Amino acid sequence: MAAMTREETQALIQEVLEVYPEKAKKDRAKHLAVNDQSIEQSKKCITSNRKSQPGVMTIRGCAYAGSKGVVWGPIKDMIHISHGPVGCGQYSRAGRRNYYVGWTGVNTFGTMNFTSDFQEKDIVFGGDKKLAKIVDEIDQLFPLAKGISVQSECPIGLIGDDIESVSKKKAKEIEKPIIPVRCEGFRGVSQSLGHHIANDSIRDWVLHNRDGDTSFESTPYDVAIIGDYNIGGDAWSSRILLEEMGLRVVAQWSGDGTLSEMELTPKVKLNLIHCYRSMNYISRHMEEKYGIPWMEYNLFGPTKIAESLRAIAERFDDKIKEGAERVIEKYQAQYDAVIAKYRPRLEGKRVMLYVGGLRPRHIIGAYEDLGMEVVGTGYEFAHNDDYDRTIKEMGNATLLYDDVTGYEFEEFVKRVKPDLIGSGIKEKYIFQKMGVPFRQMHSWDYSGPYHGYDGFAIFARDMDMTINNPCWKSMQAPWLKSAADDAAAPVAASA
Amino acid sequence: MPNVMIRRKDDGGLLFYVAKKDMEETIASVETDTADAWGGEVELTDGSRWYIDPISPPPSFPTTLRFKRAEV
Repeated sequence: MAAMTREETQALIQEVLEVYPEKAKKDRAKHLAVNDQSIEQSKKCITSNRKSQPGVMTIRGCAYAGSKGVVWGPIKDMIHISHGPVGCGQYSRAGRRNYYVGWTGVNTFGTMNFTSDFQEKDIVFGGDKKLAKIVDEIDQLFPLAKGISVQSECPIGLIGDDIESVSKKKAKEIEKPIIPVRCEGFRGVSQSLGHHIANDSIRDWVLHNRDGDTSFESTPYDVAIIGDYNIGGDAWSSRILLEEMGLRVVAQWSGDGTLSEMELTPKVKLNLIHCYRSMNYISRHMEEKYGIPWMEYNLFGPTKIAESLRAIAERFDDKIKEGAERVIEKYQAQYDAVIAKYRPRLEGKRVMLYVGGLRPRHIIGAYEDLGMEVVGTGYEFAHNDDYDRTIKEMGNATLLYDDVTGYEFEEFVKRVKPDLIGSGIKEKYIFQKMGVPFRQMHSWDYSGPYHGYDGFAIFARDMDMTINNPCWKSMQAPWLKSAADDAAAPVAASA
Repeated sequence: MPNVMIRRKDDGGLLFYVAKKDMEETIASVETDTADAWGGEVELTDGSRWYIDPISPPPSFPTTLRFKRAEV
């Protein structure tokens, strides 16, 4: 199918909106847009970060998901208590594949689930005593844990427990930081507020811990990787590139990260932000308080990697600039070979994305390096500033959808007929049953890493094995095949 | 009266960032921008106008300041 014109895309949006009742239609219309690269401010074409309509199928998470699942969870040497009923922690346990090194249960706790398992009596009489008891148990059972964070689930806010005072008191007793995080699920319209709350709690309880400590020897090349959650090893394949350039990575936030790395971050020279949405708050704070500049970068696909490495090197002296060129040259043979192998198999394929965070705009470059085209993109929980950044990356007259509903997404796919969809687990099986190749792009469909040059090779392979998988030719039952083939024959002949 | 964080862009211009609104705009003009004071009416590139009593001596950016909407 040829690229759609602006009018066709607009008509498609109108048609999809037709089924909604008047009020819902009016609201949803604001969240769907045709991309126009000439627009500078996204708020003129798309509304975002608003409450989802009741009755539609949304794919958003909650504040607890944003705080415990995204920002705090990957910090490996701390214990994150899911404070409240057991489900929230149990069903989100280890699902995001934030890789780390360490002995789980001894000095790292990433894939474990700690919960206060609230019962009726805790709701009635309050859970503060239980929390204090849990802290003691943790301190006894896991003495190598460097700290504890208390991730509130909905009931904590509803019954008004004072987790701050318990945390302060117990932190003094066990002589380890305990960070209360008020990330009750009902706060905000999506996980995005959870990111913000988590950032604020890091700001208030962690970041300044070593302000008076000058024992850390810094170098002029210290940087921190912020907003890389090491999904399938992403942060590692990013980190080696930065280190090969000559930079010293002091901290990883928060994939494979530690509490002490976070405390040392105010001593770096530059903060490198990968996921702008979830960690821009803390970067802005560090800029204001410690005067550390920050910049966004993108390590998906060789074009964007080269661009980003050069932009990062610009902030440093000639040694790093040479280092960046050296790294790009070193890997050139490797990524040229990847492109030579996969581009002919993927050329011209069209992709629709619907993910969260940074991916709906960051991955576009990687697809383009493989000769593919992104024809529709959208975020679960983006704000205006994310769409500001997306408009320039997307082609003209492509679809933008914010907090797309299950129904809308299906209709768009039926009409746009992409060759690949990249979205989450809840969409995966619907689209596979519709016969559309699908990659789960939240945690790279259990593959990865996708960042960096090493990641690009894996990315290309994964896209190829999904799109060119022979199973898509077997969508029809064999006993139905002959009749269907006969019916299709005249069409094929005339085409 | 939102809290506004003002920071320098790479090209030297000033950015006007309101965290609660996710609003990030470039400052087009500042009424008072001299060696000993900064403030007054601030106009952004999107046309909106904000007011802050001139601060003396001028603040060093980045910093957070409280602005008011300018009266029309």
